[in-house]
Amino acid sequence: MALLDIDHVTRRFGDFAAVDDVTLAVEPGEFFTLLGPSGCGKTTLLRMIAGFDLPDGGRILLNGEDLAGRPPEARPVRTVFQNYALFPHMTVEGNVAFPLQMARIPASERPARIAAALEDVRLIGFEKRYPHELSGGQKQRVAIARALVTHPTMLLLDEPLAALDAKLREELQIELINLQKEVGIAFVYVTHDQTEALALSHRIAVMNAGRVEQLDEPSKIYGFPRTKFVADFIGQCNLFSGPVKSQDDGVVTVDVTGIGAVRVATQAPVAAGSAGTIALRPEKIRIAAGAPIDSPDNHFRGTVADLLYMGDVTVYRVETPGGSRIEALLANSQSGRAKFFEVGDAVEMSWAVDAGHFIAG
Amino acid sequence: MAKRSERVAKWIVSGPPLLYLLVFFAIPALIMVVASFRSPGEFGGLAPLVDEAGKLDVNLDSYARFVTETVYLRVFVKSAWYAAMTTLICLALAYPLATLIAKSPRKYRDLLLLLVILPFWSNFLIRVYAWMIILGPNAALARAVNGALALIGVEPVPLLFSAFAVLVCLVYVHLPFMVLPLYANLEKHDQALLDAAQDLGANGWQRFWRITFPLSLPGVYAGAALVFIPALGIFAIPDILGGPNDTLIGNLIKQQFLETRDWPFGSVLSIVLTVAALALAGMAAWVGRRGAGSIARA
Repeated sequence: MALLDIDHVTRRFGDFAAVDDVTLAVEPGEFFTLLGPSGCGKTTLLRMIAGFDLPDGGRILLNGEDLAGRPPEARPVRTVFQNYALFPHMTVEGNVAFPLQMARIPASERPARIAAALEDVRLIGFEKRYPHELSGGQKQRVAIARALVTHPTMLLLDEPLAALDAKLREELQIELINLQKEVGIAFVYVTHDQTEALALSHRIAVMNAGRVEQLDEPSKIYGFPRTKFVADFIGQCNLFSGPVKSQDDGVVTVDVTGIGAVRVATQAPVAAGSAGTIALRPEKIRIAAGAPIDSPDNHFRGTVADLLYMGDVTVYRVETPGGSRIEALLANSQSGRAKFFEVGDAVEMSWAVDAGHFIAG
Repeated sequence: MAKRSERVAKWIVSGPPLLYLLVFFAIPALIMVVASFRSPGEFGGLAPLVDEAGKLDVNLDSYARFVTETVYLRVFVKSAWYAAMTTLICLALAYPLATLIAKSPRKYRDLLLLLVILPFWSNFLIRVYAWMIILGPNAALARAVNGALALIGVEPVPLLFSAFAVLVCLVYVHLPFMVLPLYANLEKHDQALLDAAQDLGANGWQRFWRITFPLSLPGVYAGAALVFIPALGIFAIPDILGGPNDTLIGNLIKQQFLETRDWPFGSVLSIVLTVAALALAGMAAWVGRRGAGSIARA
């Protein structure tokens, strides 16, 4: 039995379905992420798990028990809010003690529990500080300690790192992974940041317009996006769409306007004439100035239309003779790399049939 | 130099109000302090500063009188009691009202606040006299109360010219001064804190006493100071609506200056009142600032 079952849950605001018939399950000890653009319903879903919002249809079960009719204060889940929501008139210790007092944990047990929670988030020594005396990262750690101190069944995190700067965010991501492993409590994590989702999660549910587009492990989500939306939302991706010409021996040929026949390997049978899309990550494309190179499966010419130098890598946008643009990414440390290409340079691009990923539609 | 012209500008801007306060507040206050150490004149006012024997007539007689004749101290304590009751009742009435306004849709808030301060648009004395009619022996209220009392066999009670009338009017007049600072505070509260408290297991009662109320204390202190201090010195309301036992410190001061014409003693009473009020205001400001500090910087 799963720890949390979201069973055909729908939430409407007027005519608008914020969450539209979502079914998913979260396993014990899992780091589960709801990922999607703003307005996709991920926060509404989280608020329904916490009890701040109620589904119009479907059920939410925790350990097999229907949570309907239980107010937030009576649910064994805890939320870490985006803007910390620390009580400004209480010290760090007071904030962490609050849920223990509410749960009527005997006063004699509290100091040890508080110390353990603060140790989990590496905030020993900050007990007497007030929230306004803490940095953003420290505030977020207090919020996490406060949520964990009563050993909830599940921790819900609503974009907890969104307000922090990039460097601190990365540091806290690593801490979150370690913390989750240590405490073993299931995390349901809401974010719109795909790199964060890929880095942290055991599984990701990519949401769009109230629905789950794909639910999978991070590497599957990245490598084998099931829909155009997922391919486009997760990282950079070239999407080549057109009618399917043929399928021979597991290789589909798609006739792409402005580029030509693009070949991609796929196991599923595809009907000739149906619409198809090939998702191709920019880093899978070989780009060179000289003669044709080793991957003869797909081979196209073009000129560099613009480029983005990003330090470790350079992103080239190459225009084909047919007028389409293909994005290719090249690591600047790549061995044997003789030169950078400039805008206007003629280049050759090639990739193997198994570099791309076929999506029907 | 920029610094110097800034200094000049500062004096030009703050000069007139400073001058005004000096002439109409500081100097009269000083005159009152000096008067409190002098002797009363034979026919009111003050006795000559230098008597016929050429001696400087400065003494502590009026202060001694305040301390030794306990009746004055008792009036003072009674005034403080009335002011404290007024403050507590105002707080009890204003807190739900301010909460309601702060939680109502933004477009109605200005209208509701306007209704709270609407009484200020009519004259203070007229509003006090209106209570004479409302509480009068032939008014519906007195008839209803005494009719109900008659049913259980209790003698009729007069509502007017009583401590009840004074307290009702004191609360009525001062209520807006409690509502406004409370509203200003409650309106800024962050709903996320209440959500967090609820998520952490707090029920409605616990959320109020552990989160909302402590965070509203700066507003409570400000409102309490704005109600208690003027209520302490008021004289018109007990004059008009009170009975013979409802003489408060404000009435006493008025009496000393206008009827008994004992200026030194009136000055002593005024000084005691001012010092008490200042001490309370200072305390409220100090406590309020301590509380507000941790909230403002959160």
